[in-house]
Amino acid sequence: MIRFAAVTKSYRVNGADVSALHPVDLEIAPGEVFGIIGHSGAGKSTLLRLINLLERPSSGQVFVSGKDVTHAEGAELRGLRRRIGMIFQHFNLLSSRTVAQNVAFPLELHGHADTAGRVRELLALVGLSEHADKYPAQLSGGQKQRVGIARALASKPEILLCDEATSALDPQTTASVLELLADINEKLGLTIVLITHEMDVIRRVCDRVAVLDAGRVVESGSVADVFLHPQHPTTRRFVAEAEHEEGRGPDYSGVTGRLFRLSFRGDTTYAPLLSQVVRDTGVEYNLLAGRIERIKSMPYGQLTLAMRGDNLEAALEQLRSAGVDIEDIAR
Amino acid sequence: MNPFLHSLFPNIDWVEIAQACLDTLVMLGGSLLFTVATGLPLGVSLFLTARGQLHAKPRLYGVMSLLVNVLRSVPFIILMILLIPLTKALTGVSIGIRGAIVPLVIGAAPFFARLVETALREVDRGVIEASQAMGATTWQIVRRVLLPEARAGLIASATVTAVALVGYTAMGGIVGAGGLGALAYQYGYNGYKPDYMLVTVTLLIVLVQILQMLGDHLVQRYSRR
Repeated sequence: MIRFAAVTKSYRVNGADVSALHPVDLEIAPGEVFGIIGHSGAGKSTLLRLINLLERPSSGQVFVSGKDVTHAEGAELRGLRRRIGMIFQHFNLLSSRTVAQNVAFPLELHGHADTAGRVRELLALVGLSEHADKYPAQLSGGQKQRVGIARALASKPEILLCDEATSALDPQTTASVLELLADINEKLGLTIVLITHEMDVIRRVCDRVAVLDAGRVVESGSVADVFLHPQHPTTRRFVAEAEHEEGRGPDYSGVTGRLFRLSFRGDTTYAPLLSQVVRDTGVEYNLLAGRIERIKSMPYGQLTLAMRGDNLEAALEQLRSAGVDIEDIAR
Repeated sequence: MNPFLHSLFPNIDWVEIAQACLDTLVMLGGSLLFTVATGLPLGVSLFLTARGQLHAKPRLYGVMSLLVNVLRSVPFIILMILLIPLTKALTGVSIGIRGAIVPLVIGAAPFFARLVETALREVDRGVIEASQAMGATTWQIVRRVLLPEARAGLIASATVTAVALVGYTAMGGIVGAGGLGALAYQYGYNGYKPDYMLVTVTLLIVLVQILQMLGDHLVQRYSRR
């Protein structure tokens, strides 16, 4: 759907070239929710804007639907942008227009005369039908973002770009907006690319994720893989933030036995695996930490255990063969 | 004539005052119309061509900006005299109500254009970016985004310009443009008739007050923030 081929971007600042993106290669599949996470200044906003060419790459190519759009101009560029919706951190609604008029705006731009029916449909989709005649200043942040979403969907795009769409919202509103995005992705089957600095946003809605650090993609893959087994230090920090495990982590120095972190995914999360293994092998365990959560709709569990016993290796093997991922934690 | 009014203002010819009011209003209305008609496109051009904007053309911007600054630096009274040949070519008269409109517009349009540029800069950049992302052309952005979003600021700019034009028309009176300013100067100042001075200046104050109140009311009405 979207492909970056060795894309770079640099800016001229005070006569010197400053690199915002080092060669980036990335492919985003049709119908998926793809997340790009990074700290501010990592280049994620630039990367997102390369897709609808609000920014032009300094080198490399951008493909959308298999077509090289890197140098699109004029009518071709406007046609491309019509197929790509975008929502923003600060909503960017027209303050002089009502909610309904904001949603009708892209339709007017492209010369649709009768917009009323489509606008009604879109406002119903985002749950704002009764606010059609209000002005943006009269709405809450969450409602404004819903208007932004309705507006972005007006011209029936194939791709929706989300620029820190929930960063200005409180946690509860964030959850409802993310739910709406997931819903839209499912119902309309459109590809969503979102950028964020919160791993929790990635965990809730994304299928795949790329971690951007100082203009480079340092890690990418399915959210479950990246979330459960982060490799790069930046990714680890993001995951730790999402798990509210900031700082050095707990001290297990007084605990006897070997320490392991067990990761369960999908159906194994709810299976009585551990008790079965304990019964079969006679090992003892001590539960130190654990939780069960969801990555998008997939449940996962992580347990930190201290284990001891003669059949320890056999126990680990039995868990592994049942699909549990085991990490040996050195103290 | 009302004897009380006559005892209060012994020198005043009220018919002449009424005519002068009308002349001032015609000069103001005509010049404001043409000032907005020329200043608005000039202001939009300044905004669009400035560095970092939609159609950044630093050289063109530099030339327009210089022109605006030059016209704004020349004292209006001098500008009026310098422009006599142009006025004559455009209107057939060198001075008078119709003749005054040419220098009034040339004096006020650059001023208004700067105010327009400033008002447009107040428009949220994110909204412009969003419009671009929706595939809007520059013309669509100007007509459907910039001007409506800046409407309150543009009305405030027009109000300030209208008040400045009242001052200019009064100055025009000195060189024979007519209107309230001419009466104040001829009879009030040169003829030393303080009642003329009092009445004409009061009427000018009332005019400015009305303009400002009208402008404020419209700004209030169109503010959506």
